[in-house]
Amino acid sequence: MAEAEALLEVHDVTKSFGAVAAVQGVSFPLYGGEAHALVGENGAGKSTIVKMLAGVHRPDTGTLRVKGADVEFAGPADAKAAGIAVIYQEPTLFPDLSVAENIAMGNQPLTRLRQIDRKAMHTNAEALFRRLGVHIDPNRPARGLSIADQQLVEIAKALSSEARILIMDEPTAALSGVEVERLFAVVRSLRDEGAAIMFISHRFEEITELCERVTIMRDGKHVATEMVADLTVDDMIRRMVGRDLSALFPKQEVTPGEIVLEVQGLSREGVFRDISFDVRAGEIVALAGLVGAGRSEVMQAVFGVDPYDEGTVKVSGKRLKPGSPRAAMAAGMALVPEDRRQQGLIMELSIERNVTLPRVRKLARLGLLFGGEERRAAATWTEKLQTKLGNLSDAVGTLSGGNQQKVVLAKWLSTGPRLLIVDEPTRGIDVGTKAEVHRLMSSLAADGLAVVMVSSELPEVLGMADRVVVLREGRIATVLSRDEATEESVMYAAMGQQVTA
Amino acid sequence: MTPIAFQKPARSLMKTRELGIVLALVLLIVYTTANNHRFLSGQSIRDNLLNTAILAVMAAGEAVVVITRNIDLSVGSVLGISAWASATMVSSHQGLPMIVPIVVGLLVGALCGLLNGILVRYGKVPALVVTLGTLYIYRGITYSWAGGKQVNADKLPQHFLDFANASVLGVPWLVLIAVVVVGGISVLMRNYRSGRELYAMGSSPQAAELAGIRVARNLLGAFILSGALAGLAGVLFAARFGTVDAAAGTGYELNVVAAVVVGGVAVFGGSGTVWGAGLGALLLTVIGSALAVLDINQFWQQAIVGFLIILAICADRLVAVRIARSLRKRDAHV
Amino acid sequence: MSKKLASWDSIIILLTVVVLIVASFAVDNFGTGRNFTFLTLDTLPIILVALPMTMIIVTGEIDLSVASTLGLTSSAMGWMWNHGMSIQTIIPLCIVLGAVAGALNGFLVTGLGLPSLAVTIGTLALYRGLAFVVLGDSAVADFPYNYSSWVTGTFGGGSIPHVLLPIAVLALIFGIVQHATPVGRSLYAIGANAQAAHFSGIRVGRTKFWLYVVSGAVCGLVGVLWTLRYSSARADNGSGLELAVVAAVLLGGVSIFGGKGSLPGVLAGVVLLAALQNALRLEDVSGQALNIVTGALLVLSVLLPNLVTAIRGTWQRRKLRQAAAR
Repeated sequence: MAEAEALLEVHDVTKSFGAVAAVQGVSFPLYGGEAHALVGENGAGKSTIVKMLAGVHRPDTGTLRVKGADVEFAGPADAKAAGIAVIYQEPTLFPDLSVAENIAMGNQPLTRLRQIDRKAMHTNAEALFRRLGVHIDPNRPARGLSIADQQLVEIAKALSSEARILIMDEPTAALSGVEVERLFAVVRSLRDEGAAIMFISHRFEEITELCERVTIMRDGKHVATEMVADLTVDDMIRRMVGRDLSALFPKQEVTPGEIVLEVQGLSREGVFRDISFDVRAGEIVALAGLVGAGRSEVMQAVFGVDPYDEGTVKVSGKRLKPGSPRAAMAAGMALVPEDRRQQGLIMELSIERNVTLPRVRKLARLGLLFGGEERRAAATWTEKLQTKLGNLSDAVGTLSGGNQQKVVLAKWLSTGPRLLIVDEPTRGIDVGTKAEVHRLMSSLAADGLAVVMVSSELPEVLGMADRVVVLREGRIATVLSRDEATEESVMYAAMGQQVTA
Repeated sequence: MTPIAFQKPARSLMKTRELGIVLALVLLIVYTTANNHRFLSGQSIRDNLLNTAILAVMAAGEAVVVITRNIDLSVGSVLGISAWASATMVSSHQGLPMIVPIVVGLLVGALCGLLNGILVRYGKVPALVVTLGTLYIYRGITYSWAGGKQVNADKLPQHFLDFANASVLGVPWLVLIAVVVVGGISVLMRNYRSGRELYAMGSSPQAAELAGIRVARNLLGAFILSGALAGLAGVLFAARFGTVDAAAGTGYELNVVAAVVVGGVAVFGGSGTVWGAGLGALLLTVIGSALAVLDINQFWQQAIVGFLIILAICADRLVAVRIARSLRKRDAHV
Repeated sequence: MSKKLASWDSIIILLTVVVLIVASFAVDNFGTGRNFTFLTLDTLPIILVALPMTMIIVTGEIDLSVASTLGLTSSAMGWMWNHGMSIQTIIPLCIVLGAVAGALNGFLVTGLGLPSLAVTIGTLALYRGLAFVVLGDSAVADFPYNYSSWVTGTFGGGSIPHVLLPIAVLALIFGIVQHATPVGRSLYAIGANAQAAHFSGIRVGRTKFWLYVVSGAVCGLVGVLWTLRYSSARADNGSGLELAVVAAVLLGGVSIFGGKGSLPGVLAGVVLLAALQNALRLEDVSGQALNIVTGALLVLSVLLPNLVTAIRGTWQRRKLRQAAAR
């Protein structure tokens, strides 16, 4: 049955953004009654594929076929009309509208006067939530929903459109074990009704549990499409990464020095509570946990970007003024943030302006800047990090993800920090650069820098960290030494009692 | 989780916004009437409503545009061009029935709005820039066309001038039109798909694109509506004041935006109601006449309007912060 | 370098030079010294107010209350003069008053986090209203002759007006701050991405607050100069000027979304508008018809670059498709 005509076929598509080729010649079929996993590292081009199927991007070359016929989507409405529903990695709700309206948007039930039937809309939403087994008030506005709840509303939205093709871009990233189970039950029943499912996830146990077929991508290229049953997890990882994992983490052994960062009883209402840990010179401490556990929030509060209600942050024994990134920088702290595009860099500004932004004041002569000093400083640091770039005056947005990340690192390393906080340091960058970043962090720590690393990638956490602080729902679940930290021990702590393995 | 517990505060908070304006209106009217009984006389009420009508019609269109997270600053100039077009037309064709200038005004305005919409959507030029530009362009066209002349009441046909004061069952036409426009668009925005899509677009433009909402069509619709209503307001302006020159409606855009903001429509889109904007227009007008009745220096009016605008956005901000805090507390697992 | 040549601010500078040259040859009396004096005096308020406005728009905010602040200081100046204060006291007080008005804007925008568009529409009405409350619809005219004649006068009775001095000094200061200091760098960072600027240790709120204060102070100064130039303090002085200033700044290539634009471009934009208006008036074309040109230039200043990008994108995609087909 599965080998019958594909509900949807991706045929030899390519897509470039400026000079960066995001997807090159990828083909795979989605069959009705089958769940199909799309795997690849961050930056492998999965999200671009999703956006093409959603009608957001049009392929530069190649075609999409729905039930054997070539289609061209002028926009998301066309994709929707073709029976494709997409659940994005980041929820796309309307904060001002009620949950019920969010679900119904586009195909609201109508009364005879073609007015919106609010009662029916409300009942529908309740029915969908019952099917998903969750309690969300359909009348409340979407603003302020937790990420997990937002994701559930997205899933309800997709269910309500009765799509034949369901694309899910990491829907489980923010869900707890119970919620994941419930989601899978719904997805399975949809699949058994003949829908085609495309499922993107970084958790291989989910893929082997849910999916029949898998397509593997690497650096925008198609590697293989095979039955999941024919592959082991190790096979998948090897093809995804293109080399063995162990080679990726060149961790150097260091004897830790004195305490650089001391966080005590840090709390912020509704975000995190009673966080205490310290970091010594030469140490790499990883903050692990699920998305939404509050890891980035803790480090942003430590750096002073966000406020906190209680607790203290000390750098080398001196208490830091809260809520002031400038004070943190003066104390020798640097933060390479999670979201490169929104927090780390100013995409429209040139590379040199970005690199020198945190220390223009120091580069100024008599308070004036004429460009020369900035250019020299930027050139020095981008060269040190082997950044591939055309001109220092080019907008930083024209660089590839990996080189952008090097610019962020250059920006902060140039301030000469004693404590480096890196949040998802290798998200969305290619494998080669990833290894370079890991090597860099390792050698910086060896030179006596204290490093705090927030990461969602378990191999990275296990490979790089001297100690692992695991957060769960805003609290410290446990602290594991390098020897104690295994995939199981970290995940168990991160998910608490809800782990079902 | 207590889903029902939330329902009440959120709803009542939403409601207080319009309720607040009604309350302010009532207080103002009661206080003024206590000082001068003529303030609630038939003539005074009639004057207030007539003075509100034109502003309310424009505010209804502006509210729709602002709800989509855009702005239309060209409404004053559109009023000018439409007032001039209709006045010159009826002065040279005295026999035309009233409906003709109204339709012409609507069309002229719709055309102006269409140009705004096209530039915003397809030219990808921010609405503030586009409509600031067309504010100048439409006004410039009117000036070139009028060439310093003006149309006086003695050149306009009597039925045209009567229209402003004539009434059906005691309700002046002008007021009736305003009520129908504000009421009709309120219903459209609340109960119809396109209306909800306009809210969605203002609430999250990216999500609206991803949801497959026909953003282009809706956006053009919003600008055409705003333009057409400003055009209609131009005809009503000509009929009510009888004298039209190229400067008609200069600076109105600020009053219109003020009415919308005071009426509780958030400048960043997604929330607020059209009838709230109508109430905003009424409140601003009543303040003006109350000052006169209370024998307060007329010059205070504009300052009070400014103060009200700031008060309104402060209040909206406060409500938003409080909702966010109550939601965060409720959802917090910590 | 090629990218620099194609940017809108260089186009507008070029266009301004061309218009000035053509007008001096083609329009009678345009190139005369007397006309230069008037041109400068007419441009004075827009050019001065545009200096801080450029910075504010570069940070992604806007200040629509500038003309009302100008009117308020003009009114206050008349009131203080009527109450027998000396002109030497009045002038600094007016500048302080402007700064206070700006500080209120700044507090509402940065302290309470309100949208600047709505806030300054509110204070536009508020300050203009207060101007009328202070002075009503009367005018105060009897300011000391030596002050008002200095504002309208020229150096040595030639064609260089005295007011060119404050214009040049302020333009130089603002130009240096915006383009060659750490503060200037942070303005662009804030406008392009306030969050990333915050993450880089830039004090976003504080910077914006002081910009509003400076904007208010400059408006106070312009209110004084305006009053002295026409020897008339009136509540409605400068009304409508805010839109002309914003138009000139945007025309000069500053993005309404912030993060982009240069002061030379803005100065060229101001001069272009003023020169066109002046030339058309000398040619007896209605000044109001010039509105069409102003408006069209304003829209084109954003539209043209967008169109170029769009066309380039289509062209590139077509090339890719052709390459793939082959």
